[in-house]
Amino acid sequence: MEPIAHLGWLPPAPDDFAARAKALKAAEGDLSAELRSLATHRLDANQLQRLARIVEGARDRTNGLSPFRLGIVSNATTDFITPAIIGSGLRHGLAIEIVAGPYGQCMQEALDPGSTVNRAGCDAVLLAIDSRGYPLHSAPGDAQAGEAAVAAALGQVEAMRGGLAAHCPNVIVQSLPPLPEQYLGGYDAVLPGSEGQAVAAFNTGLAARTGGGLLLLDVAGLAARAGLDRWHDPAAWNVAKQPFSHALIPAYAENLARLLGAMRGKSRKVLVLDLDNTVWSGVIGDDGMDGINIAQGDATGEAHLALQAYALGLRERGVVLAVSSKNTDEIARQVFREHPDMLLREEHIAVFQANWTDKASNLRVIAETLNLGLDSLVFVDDNPAERELVRQRLPQVAVPELPDSSAFYVRTVAAAGYFEAAGFSDEDRARSKFYEQNAKRVAVQAAAGGIDDYLASLAMTIRFAPFDERGRARIAQLINKSNQFNLTTRRYTEGEVAALGEDSSVITLQIRLEDVFGDNGMISTIIARVDGAEAEIDTWLMSCRVLGRRVEEAALAELVRLLRGRGVSKLTGIFRPTERNGIVVDHYRKLGFSLDSAGEAGEERWLLDIGVADFDFPDIFAHVLRDGQDA
Amino acid sequence: MTDDEIYQRLGGIFDDVFEYEGPLGADTVSADVDGWDSVGHIRLVLAAEEAFGVRFEPKEVVGLNDLGELVAAIRQKAG
Repeated sequence: MEPIAHLGWLPPAPDDFAARAKALKAAEGDLSAELRSLATHRLDANQLQRLARIVEGARDRTNGLSPFRLGIVSNATTDFITPAIIGSGLRHGLAIEIVAGPYGQCMQEALDPGSTVNRAGCDAVLLAIDSRGYPLHSAPGDAQAGEAAVAAALGQVEAMRGGLAAHCPNVIVQSLPPLPEQYLGGYDAVLPGSEGQAVAAFNTGLAARTGGGLLLLDVAGLAARAGLDRWHDPAAWNVAKQPFSHALIPAYAENLARLLGAMRGKSRKVLVLDLDNTVWSGVIGDDGMDGINIAQGDATGEAHLALQAYALGLRERGVVLAVSSKNTDEIARQVFREHPDMLLREEHIAVFQANWTDKASNLRVIAETLNLGLDSLVFVDDNPAERELVRQRLPQVAVPELPDSSAFYVRTVAAAGYFEAAGFSDEDRARSKFYEQNAKRVAVQAAAGGIDDYLASLAMTIRFAPFDERGRARIAQLINKSNQFNLTTRRYTEGEVAALGEDSSVITLQIRLEDVFGDNGMISTIIARVDGAEAEIDTWLMSCRVLGRRVEEAALAELVRLLRGRGVSKLTGIFRPTERNGIVVDHYRKLGFSLDSAGEAGEERWLLDIGVADFDFPDIFAHVLRDGQDA
Repeated sequence: MTDDEIYQRLGGIFDDVFEYEGPLGADTVSADVDGWDSVGHIRLVLAAEEAFGVRFEPKEVVGLNDLGELVAAIRQKAG
């Protein structure tokens, strides 16, 4: 059972993989869906390369994938990892294009403004550099010299980052796996100035430097989980300048691809759990409360409890939990309410679907109730037939293979890295609670009379502020994750968000909302570009969990107020349709804009005359506050 | 293992590694196969190691001149 090295959460490649890939090469029309489907298997380096060749020959037919231009600067050969990265990117909805600098010229590539990588306009540059590429000279017994070596290596990273940052918004740096060979045995770990201590200090220094456009690819963690003895392959280096074992290239490429996916907002948000033989051992409908096994001290019971504990750990990190089980609702819920050994309780589950409908339909209900796309869901079920049904009917849902032994359920789900993060904000920590509270809101709404009465009863406080450093990570996250309530779906990195905040020709807004249930956090951002007496709304997006709260009207009122203060009298709103943003097709019409023109790919321009007077804030808000004001 | 069996399995490997489905023989050399460059050669050797359950020394990897030599090496190692 080695899910990390062998991509064990993915189903094995189909027997007809090569034939399907060949058919795809000859196929017409857009290839995105089939490419992604083929990539979502346990592929080796050759199979990944086969898919990479298809992508490279048909980029104009991958419109269902997000393009991502990745620069690579390396002290090793990149020939072996490049096709694997492109192939693995498909798994995460990315059409990756790679621009690799010449072998071994890291510093030159980074610092020369005219270098291949710096001229390419990359979305991110990966510093694929291992310990051979840093001056981490050992100084056995000399702590001071050891620290100096680490400082020099970190200085090298800073210098490369500085050179690249002028041309590319994101730089990804790799942590270094510990070296496999010891000198004085276990005493190496004690000896100051040793290689082991230098590598550890370097990795700590890297982690401390992340943020603001510097991201970490934790190669040290990957190598450790896969096994250092297997990771380090001196023959691969000597023969091919491949810096780690060829056999682990698919695992490495997968870990990188999921980080790039996270940067593009592709990470999953919801963990949907089956119950019988998944959350507990046994079948509650047959075995009853006393018959199911989740006992501490019992090997099988503890395996299922471990999955519950892992789900709770994900929930603490903002992952929403849901249940989909073939059971009678009351009987299934009784376990969550009354079984003394259960770690998961009813209040942890945002949507609870226990019924006799098929699971694909239930997963749709879960996605709709949470106002999230099916591609936000991960579905964990011990039953291979249910997994296969969901994979076929709802290919957008991630469905991990589970091993026969429930002891390895957690390892397998964790190895899949569905919830990869490129950052972590206070909102993330609180997100799962928002969704749980949303269910309550629906209940309150049903009970209340008119919708405005209901909204007023929420005692909402709306807060406006321009983009600032504190909000930057969350702003970038919203810009890169919001697909539904998003008028233009333009993506900006953290670095670009920072630049927008400082641009005097741009008006930026971050909007937060609190209500009786708690703080919703930052729920909307707007970017408007001002040119004389005219302004254009470049970006307007909102979290779907505050739909129907008249936040859009308040946001427009605030935007108009700010623009009028700058002498703007004519406001243009842009709507760019995508497969996902149908929800805002009438956004500007509802707000009183009139259609001006429609352009390429259905893009629409909407006009609003704001020269006459300010707009009123809807009177359902208890407080309208601006930067720094208190209620 | 006979040479015929080795060539047959190599046919699948050449398809996997190079997407090459043309004829293979003892006199097939790297110039005959699109993608069989120095990087492609290492991919080929890795795939052969996996498929035949053998392991090549670094000096054996670089010293092969044509497919016949690779087949001979596989026959000798795989027994």
